[in-house]
Amino acid sequence: MRRIGVDVGGTNTDAVLLADGCVVHAVKTPTTPDVTAGIVAALDRLRRHKEVARGAIDAVVIGTTHFVNAVVTRQGLAPVAAIRIGLPTGASLPPFCDWPADLAALAQGAVFMLEGGHDYDGREIMPFDADGMRRAAREICARGIAAAAISAVFAPLDPRHEERAAAILAEEAPGVAVTLSHELGRIGLLERENAALLNAALSALARRTIAGFREAIAASRIAAPLYLTQNDGTVMSAETAMRLPVMSFASGATNSMRGAAFLSGMADAIVVDVGGTSTDVGQLRRGFPREANSVVEIGGVRTLFRMPDLYSIALGGGSIVATGNAGVSPARGRDASGPDIRVGPESVGYRLTDTALVFGGSTLTATDAAVAAGIVDIGDRRKVAAVPPAVAEAVLRTAKQKIEDAVDRMKTEAGDGTLIAVGGGAFLVPERLAGVSKVIRVPHGDCANAVGAAIAQISGETDQVYREMSRAAAIARAEAQARERAVAAGADPATLATVDVEDMPLAYLPGNALRVRVRVAGEMRSTS
Amino acid sequence: MTTPITLDDIECLAVGAWILGTGGGGSPYLGLLNMRRLYALGHRVELMSPCDLADDDLVAVVSNMGAPLVGQERLADSRNIARAVQLQEEYSGRKFRAVMSLEIGGNNAIQPLMAAAHLGLPAVDADTMGRAYPEAQMTSVAVGDLKPYPCALYDPRGVEAIVAKAPSWKWMERASRKICVEMGSIASTCKAPRTGAEVKEWGIHFTTTKAIGIGRQVRAANRLHQDPIAAIIETAGGKLLFRGKVVDVERRTTEGFLRGRAIFEGLDEDRDRRLEIAFQNEWVVAWRANGADLRPVAMSPDLICVLDSVTGNAFGTETIRYGMRATVVALPAPPIFLTPKGLDHVGPRAFGYDLDFTSVFGSPHSCPPPLAGEGVAGASGGSPPPQAGEG
Repeated sequence: MRRIGVDVGGTNTDAVLLADGCVVHAVKTPTTPDVTAGIVAALDRLRRHKEVARGAIDAVVIGTTHFVNAVVTRQGLAPVAAIRIGLPTGASLPPFCDWPADLAALAQGAVFMLEGGHDYDGREIMPFDADGMRRAAREICARGIAAAAISAVFAPLDPRHEERAAAILAEEAPGVAVTLSHELGRIGLLERENAALLNAALSALARRTIAGFREAIAASRIAAPLYLTQNDGTVMSAETAMRLPVMSFASGATNSMRGAAFLSGMADAIVVDVGGTSTDVGQLRRGFPREANSVVEIGGVRTLFRMPDLYSIALGGGSIVATGNAGVSPARGRDASGPDIRVGPESVGYRLTDTALVFGGSTLTATDAAVAAGIVDIGDRRKVAAVPPAVAEAVLRTAKQKIEDAVDRMKTEAGDGTLIAVGGGAFLVPERLAGVSKVIRVPHGDCANAVGAAIAQISGETDQVYREMSRAAAIARAEAQARERAVAAGADPATLATVDVEDMPLAYLPGNALRVRVRVAGEMRSTS
Repeated sequence: MTTPITLDDIECLAVGAWILGTGGGGSPYLGLLNMRRLYALGHRVELMSPCDLADDDLVAVVSNMGAPLVGQERLADSRNIARAVQLQEEYSGRKFRAVMSLEIGGNNAIQPLMAAAHLGLPAVDADTMGRAYPEAQMTSVAVGDLKPYPCALYDPRGVEAIVAKAPSWKWMERASRKICVEMGSIASTCKAPRTGAEVKEWGIHFTTTKAIGIGRQVRAANRLHQDPIAAIIETAGGKLLFRGKVVDVERRTTEGFLRGRAIFEGLDEDRDRRLEIAFQNEWVVAWRANGADLRPVAMSPDLICVLDSVTGNAFGTETIRYGMRATVVALPAPPIFLTPKGLDHVGPRAFGYDLDFTSVFGSPHSCPPPLAGEGVAGASGGSPPPQAGEG
């Protein structure tokens, strides 16, 4: 099995080749504004390595933060027709009702609310309003809205009303990109609908961007299927990713954690990923990031995604160091006698190689302090000769303290745990940290996210309410369904393992109602 | 006399009510969203002191009944609760003077405001629990043996029901619960109407302003990067019980309730200690574990609040999970529940625990007599007086 993993980050595009469980070669290139050129450049450099050129590639797996960045920066979003099926319930809380005004102004094309939807016990709230849907579809067509999101009450339990609405829309307004809320998962109408709306708003951008990825691979003469990584550390096909770009929202952080697990051989550990601008701290459980259970906000919109539980702090290799009378310094080291310094939150970001002292620039960054202190050799060491040792030490002490605080927040067990330090700025993680028994550094740790993309598995998930059934029987049924979904998505059934089981008895519901969520994951079926 | 409730007050109410929900009552988020929209449309709500009710005024006691999970899909339309109040008026042939919450804990803190906005009535600054409780007989008006009927239930499909008579609060719970389940396990309800005299004698007073005050302190502390938990303790006259992490949660549904236990392992000053809390929708009894030895440290009717150690926001029994960092705080119970009759309804034995009630805040015998007139939901002997709630 030979796979190429690519991580398209805000600063760098990294690519690695993995063959038979080993990293053969890894390259780092700057990300380009059109994304595609950066991938072409990375793949070109990778292909020049003789091991890479030697044999066929089974798959190219790309991880990208492109779509979540589009939402956060409000760029590339298209207006969406929101279709809610659930009247007479919820009329006073229509689609977009809890969106930030600037984002709603970009994404809100039209809102239609129709009768229909289901109750938790499978009965229809009201019969589906097919005539109303036909009128809505005609209006969407007449107004030239190119994307639609359909959400029905309790669709995760019974998706039929969403599917009927989609069929009518396809008849009346062919070519409209449709997102169905039940494909995005969880119970919680408003959050699920928000995810569907964001997804629909991204659909045109996703088609363009992923077509660009394909061109980049073709231009590099690699004949292999394209996959994109999703939030839970598993992959989806390029076709699925074009339909469901929101599923990639947190894949950058997830990939670095999965990559750290792979490179270190550890399944349970704390992972600290130090990038150029920020540091993500997460926890690996059985080789996967622990998921956040609570509501996740993206660009100010509440969603209910499968997202890793991460704690992010504004600390990275490019963090700008302010010294002297720099005003308020909340991040100052504990040692009051030391110099008055502040590290971040501002960062030079992708301009590090122009602006940092070691690269001949004039901005003192965390990287410069680390070079001055002699813990890492980057750029030209002579250019930081003027940095006072006390300042360099204070920067590293502040970094240590920030990382210790973040690790402490994320830890779920009282004892000291093992920590894996990855990312381009991993040198800011000291050898000894409070609450940590051992700090592990791994070869290719600076490309951990591309490695994580290369090793991504295929998963299947269900989240449903079961009634009149024993707990064991309900979990067994959910597992069978999750496995079916994983195999349909391209997983090798022989490698499937259950990654997560969560069951929750539902108060007040009759019939011993139990909500069961199961996720399974396995290796990609070999194409050969 | 009434005072206007601002949208900022309602934002604070949502935070404070979730804390007073003691793990249950459902998140107030959707109710808050409804109120933001109603205020954007120009609606305004006035808060009325219970003391300003005339003895023969009629007060509508409202709540959204059902499973919180269903509420996450069948989103509450703010007009539903108003319709339940009208239904009760149509049945009795009398007009209400004001609306009031059945329970201040959780989502039901917001329901009377939605009804009030649509009906142009004031909301009474009181409720019948001072927190959240799972059953209909666990209210101050049930402790007072007030009439449990009629109860109006509304489903937006146009199903309207009245439970015209029931011989006890328990029977009212059983009959109305059946109707609620048929409606989809969610119903907007208007409970038995209360007279102004009854609200003054048996209501738990100033709980809306108490919840707003708690929420305001939490929000301010978060804004100023101060400790929100210390702010809650100071505002509500509470006591810190434990700081730790959730290490196990065991849940089961029995008789339609979410029961179970959460186990916390200590951090900071509680390192190497454990706390166990049993719940029935809401947190009921907390024990400190010393090896195999369990010593009860807090129990209903004292409020046991499990809070996010960082933000001070409440954790619910349905959503709390392994690894969460939590601080456990006790808040004083409404004095009505500290009487022998009150303890029959909501003391530890009412939840199946064979324990004599002892308060975190001192002996129940030293507490003031049952509320009369202008009582404030407050502390029993030995604890600092609550600082919010008097408006």
